[in-house]
Amino acid sequence: MNGQPYNYSGSNSGNGTPTPPSISYPASLSSQSSRDASPARLPPNMNHNTPEKSPLVSSNNPGLVYRNQEAVQSSMYGHGFNDGGGNPSRQLLGEYISSPNNDNVMRVAPTTGLPTSPLAAPLNSHALPAQAKSPNAYTDVRQQIPPRYENIMNTAQPDSNYMQNVKAPELPAGQPRLQDPYNQGYPNNSFGGPPVKMEQFVHTNMNNDWQMNQAHNAIKSAVPTESLTSPVYAHQNASKDFHHPQSPTSYPVNSYQANSSPYNVARPPNQIMPPAPAQAKTQEAPISSGPPRTNVLGIIPYNTEPVTAMSQGSIGVVNQKPVTPTLNHSQPTVKSPVYNQSPSHAPLYNAPPVMPTPVTQQNPYQNQNRVGVPPLVTAQPPRAPVTNQMSMKASYPNQPVSRPIEPYNQPQYQNYNYQQQNNVVNHGGYNQQQQSYYPGPDDLANSMAGMSVSAGYNKLWGREAVDLLKSRDILPQPKVEPPKIRLSQEYFDAANCSPEIFRCTLTKIPETKSLLDKSRLPLGVLIHPFKDLNQLSVIQCSVIVRCRSCRTYINPFVYFVDSKRWKCNLCFRVNDLPEEFQYDPLTKTYGDPSRRPEIKSATIEFIAPSEYMVRPPQPAAYVFVIDVSRLGAEAGYLKSFCDCLLSQLEALPGDSRTSVAFITYDSNVHYYSLAETHTQPHQMVIVDIDDMFVPCPDNLLVNLNECLGLVRDLLRELPEKYQESFDTGSALGPALQAAYKLLAATGGRITVFQSCLANCGPGKLTPREDPSQRSGENVNQAMLNPVTDFYKKLALDCSGQQIAVDLFVLNSQFVDLASLSGVAKFSGGCIHHFPLFSSKNPLHIESLQRCLHRYLCRKIGFESVMRLRCTRGLSIHTFHGNFFVRSTDLLSLPNVNPDAGFGMQVSIDENLTDLQNVCFQAALLYTSSKGERRIRVHTLCLPIASNLSDVLHSADQQCIVGLLAKMAVDRCHQYSLGDAREAFVNVVADMLSSYKITQSNYPSTSLLAPMSLSLLPLYILALLKYVAFRIGQSTRLDDRVFAMCQMKSLPLSQIIQTIYPDLYPIHNLTECPQVSIGDDTVPAPPTLHLTAEKIDSNGIYLLDDGTTIMIYVGHNISQRLAISLFAAPSFSSINPNMRELPELDNPESKELRNFVNFLQNEKPIAPPLQIIRDDDPQRTVFMEKLIEDKTESGHSYYEFLQRVKLLVK
Amino acid sequence: MAFNFAAVSYIFALIGDAVLIFFAIFHVIAFDELKTDYKNPIDQCNSLNPLVLPEYLLHIAFNILFLLSGQWLSLCLNVPLIAYHINRYRKRPVMSGPGLYDPTNIMNTDVLTQCQREGWVKLAFYLLSFFYYLYGMIHALIST
Repeated sequence: MNGQPYNYSGSNSGNGTPTPPSISYPASLSSQSSRDASPARLPPNMNHNTPEKSPLVSSNNPGLVYRNQEAVQSSMYGHGFNDGGGNPSRQLLGEYISSPNNDNVMRVAPTTGLPTSPLAAPLNSHALPAQAKSPNAYTDVRQQIPPRYENIMNTAQPDSNYMQNVKAPELPAGQPRLQDPYNQGYPNNSFGGPPVKMEQFVHTNMNNDWQMNQAHNAIKSAVPTESLTSPVYAHQNASKDFHHPQSPTSYPVNSYQANSSPYNVARPPNQIMPPAPAQAKTQEAPISSGPPRTNVLGIIPYNTEPVTAMSQGSIGVVNQKPVTPTLNHSQPTVKSPVYNQSPSHAPLYNAPPVMPTPVTQQNPYQNQNRVGVPPLVTAQPPRAPVTNQMSMKASYPNQPVSRPIEPYNQPQYQNYNYQQQNNVVNHGGYNQQQQSYYPGPDDLANSMAGMSVSAGYNKLWGREAVDLLKSRDILPQPKVEPPKIRLSQEYFDAANCSPEIFRCTLTKIPETKSLLDKSRLPLGVLIHPFKDLNQLSVIQCSVIVRCRSCRTYINPFVYFVDSKRWKCNLCFRVNDLPEEFQYDPLTKTYGDPSRRPEIKSATIEFIAPSEYMVRPPQPAAYVFVIDVSRLGAEAGYLKSFCDCLLSQLEALPGDSRTSVAFITYDSNVHYYSLAETHTQPHQMVIVDIDDMFVPCPDNLLVNLNECLGLVRDLLRELPEKYQESFDTGSALGPALQAAYKLLAATGGRITVFQSCLANCGPGKLTPREDPSQRSGENVNQAMLNPVTDFYKKLALDCSGQQIAVDLFVLNSQFVDLASLSGVAKFSGGCIHHFPLFSSKNPLHIESLQRCLHRYLCRKIGFESVMRLRCTRGLSIHTFHGNFFVRSTDLLSLPNVNPDAGFGMQVSIDENLTDLQNVCFQAALLYTSSKGERRIRVHTLCLPIASNLSDVLHSADQQCIVGLLAKMAVDRCHQYSLGDAREAFVNVVADMLSSYKITQSNYPSTSLLAPMSLSLLPLYILALLKYVAFRIGQSTRLDDRVFAMCQMKSLPLSQIIQTIYPDLYPIHNLTECPQVSIGDDTVPAPPTLHLTAEKIDSNGIYLLDDGTTIMIYVGHNISQRLAISLFAAPSFSSINPNMRELPELDNPESKELRNFVNFLQNEKPIAPPLQIIRDDDPQRTVFMEKLIEDKTESGHSYYEFLQRVKLLVK
Repeated sequence: MAFNFAAVSYIFALIGDAVLIFFAIFHVIAFDELKTDYKNPIDQCNSLNPLVLPEYLLHIAFNILFLLSGQWLSLCLNVPLIAYHINRYRKRPVMSGPGLYDPTNIMNTDVLTQCQREGWVKLAFYLLSFFYYLYGMIHALIST
């Protein structure tokens, strides 16, 4: 080892770095004292352990006593509920509580196998009368309600349609449907049925509803305005030259529905505002021609959304649309949410005719979790359970049928706080396969019966330890699954947020800060809030139910005190429930709030009423700022860009108000006037770049629809005009200022293409990279930080005017990304980097085109803010990602895109001892490209852990790595790269040390890690060798800075794939097990460790790092394989420049293409394919990814573990 | 009893210190507002940043008077703070204008608590030194 990558000085004995504790890498690095204190605290800790492990063998008492108390409690509730007059919410509550009691019985005596106990019986009998009574209650109430009209709305349809339905009841019935661009544009979507129905409902009872509106508006105006659009926001805008209404109250509540043109209200005078949606002609649905995975508009989510639209102001009726199992490329789904779709089941429900499918709210993963007992179902009137249970069983044939449907696995975990780490997490199509790899929870539970407890106990509950030094293959197959969150109530499990959206580093939150410190793991959440979703419930209602004090949105984890009140799960305030929330939209019954979509699903989207706007929703506005200097022309990206934009022009997200502008720059800035009166685009050159101005704003930012021809002309002309350029200047700063001025009135998105160092005008940069330092042992911290705050200030200005700046850097030399990146970082933009871009390299062109295609077509949310709330006692410490933090928990995101991930470090301020669960709620308020204000809410609920071993076993290693990477980037910026690297090593050492503390007999020769954290050292090693953090290897500064930006802003799955790519053997794909994804089956080869040891010269391997898919061909491959896969007679004749696999008609080739397609489709940007022969110079690119091997500058995995072992105390 | 130079320096220090106390109070309030979401960090930084250098300069100014008048004890009490100020300003983030506070990282809990604590400590220090200067002034006045 050359140099000192890790500083293992005596003083640095594992606990940490000489850095100030404030930079808290996890708990760990903070202080010596807590580490020293740990042994001293061991006794109480052990005490925790003992009762925890004992009950099964020794005594059932603690559990019994505990449960008994709860039993009393629940029976009290049961009484109260009956007294309260057959309250359905109570009924549900009784249901919740009674099922744990059943569980309890099972837990107490699993060995005897008693299915029921006397204890459970009385409880159930308490609940039963309520159930029996409830249908009556329903019918009573139902008779009282006046008939309502309902509105099935295609969620993707523009707001205007909806507004028309409400505003103008006399509209011809067919109109809404005609206007719906999605219905026209999606030939394959299944909305043909519902819209027809919509017309009927629209007409049903319009007048009646009109009166209702008045009443509800009164209620609405009494509700305090959303704190997202809090005074801060208004204030900020007020300080700018906006003239939109300053506060929501100035926005007449009624006008939004009643005025013919709601947007006309208080429109900023200087704003170029296209016609109001009522008169607006909707844009034709565009048809994209991109990669198969992207949908029309590149938006996946909306075409399969079940729609729950409630008419505004009414106690609405939410209608479910049948969810068509459209082939969904981006996410593997289990084939059969049977009960969601099959019409044959519908009659069993006695569903009203307007209700095509009764249950569509749960995402597939939720359904899977609920196999054991569907509590909700049993809470419903008796007709439901039969079908539901049956269909669920049918959906999951792999579940052991022999197992009685008794929920006894669940409460056991809860009571003993056992986390099962390697149980089956049914995930999409993989579940069938997984069954063979792991024992399922059911198997475990069954085998439990005959076990003698002590020996295999830990193993049973996934608490086994892994000796890192001895186990060679620790990668779980087929892939690493996120640990499952086990809450006390099964219903909650089912409703929890998807791990793809929301993940916490610990799936059980330590109850005190000292416990967290003892575990030495970082606590934080990673969130991917705007992820493209396949199924999302969208709700439109007049009152969004929120906690009055903390403004939390109602969610599945709230507690219903009675049918009129609910208790906030974040601040514990008891709130009133609005009357209309009692109405169950699915069954059209009255009185049970727990069946609302808000209560059933942790991810939900609201269409926000006008209180959530400080100004009318902005139109989509895009400005493209293009570098046409000499280097830009040489790189030749302009042609690709213009071609791509030309083909996607109609697919740009937006409505009829969408506007675009183009600016090019070299040492001058060029505007393009696209006025309708012109026959061709006019170029205006601004030479005075020090004081930018906008000559004729009206003609520069033009409506895309009106000037489509001119825009096309311009895009055709540009590449020719700038084929060659001799101007070496690059006035990026002035060009950005110009774009900012163009967009300042509306807000929108600036897309910058930059290919050289910005060297003119304000914001000019100087070359400061010293190439000789590229492979140095340390990187000067100043080099990673900006030299000027010009770009940051510009970004803040942009952020204030709701403008985001996205950077495409296609450089062949140093561009000082460290300074430049600020403009995207603080304005909520994104950065794409194509180092050494050359149009002569087809791989570059392909990646640029794919990236641009996704970029242009993907969903976009404008003028958005995101707030993360958490249970009292927790607080957000630091945010990671691209945004501007506007207050302690509010992120300002001028634009939000579906590929952006965020991270938050969480600190524990108060003890959580008396809580059962903690919750995090992220609410993203944004304006869709159709001009609708929407709120997407994600809620994550996590249980509490009270002892160290629980915390360690519940850790989510991938999430920890994701958060550590973000923290390390901060540390690089603040201190130094070496410091960050050292901290990485210490994290591993600390984790292993704290695990050692929990172990009573720790073999001295081994290095034990809990199963849940067994991959952490591997990932940390991968991070140490990742571009952002590596040393000793030649790394360009821009590449390093870009990699750091990626670490901060990528969603977790992509971070993991980037640092630790997937390696698959693909020479025997036909023998691999298959998994079904949608209608297709895809081979699932095992993932291999990234070491040359796994690479055989007669094999073919595929390495997928998220940005490219490399196929590595060994030189000894059989001739048969070469022919069947590559259509080449021998190894040497395989063409390494192949861009895609030849389509050959043999099973091997088909499987391989199938597999590659699958890998490409599951990513937002399909990675291009690269074929590398092992005699090719390109092979170093592949070899570099084998991070477990020793390199000249880094350890091998084994050496790394040895190093860590020395640090473990 | 007469006005000597030491007394004059203490009088200036008293006045200066009163101003500094106001600065410190403003500082504490400003960060409290940030913490409770009342103010936008950009606005808050814009109002705080111009005050940083005047505060430092004022503090240094009356310490120069102490130096000239030979009030070594008073000077020694203030030297650590001067050193802290200089170091803090040296390590400020890259900014085009004067000031210390960067709106993009000020909302970080660590930074926020650090700044708030700094405000309280300074306020306490200025308050104590106010009485010390008062004592010093009287002492200088009556000793001559």
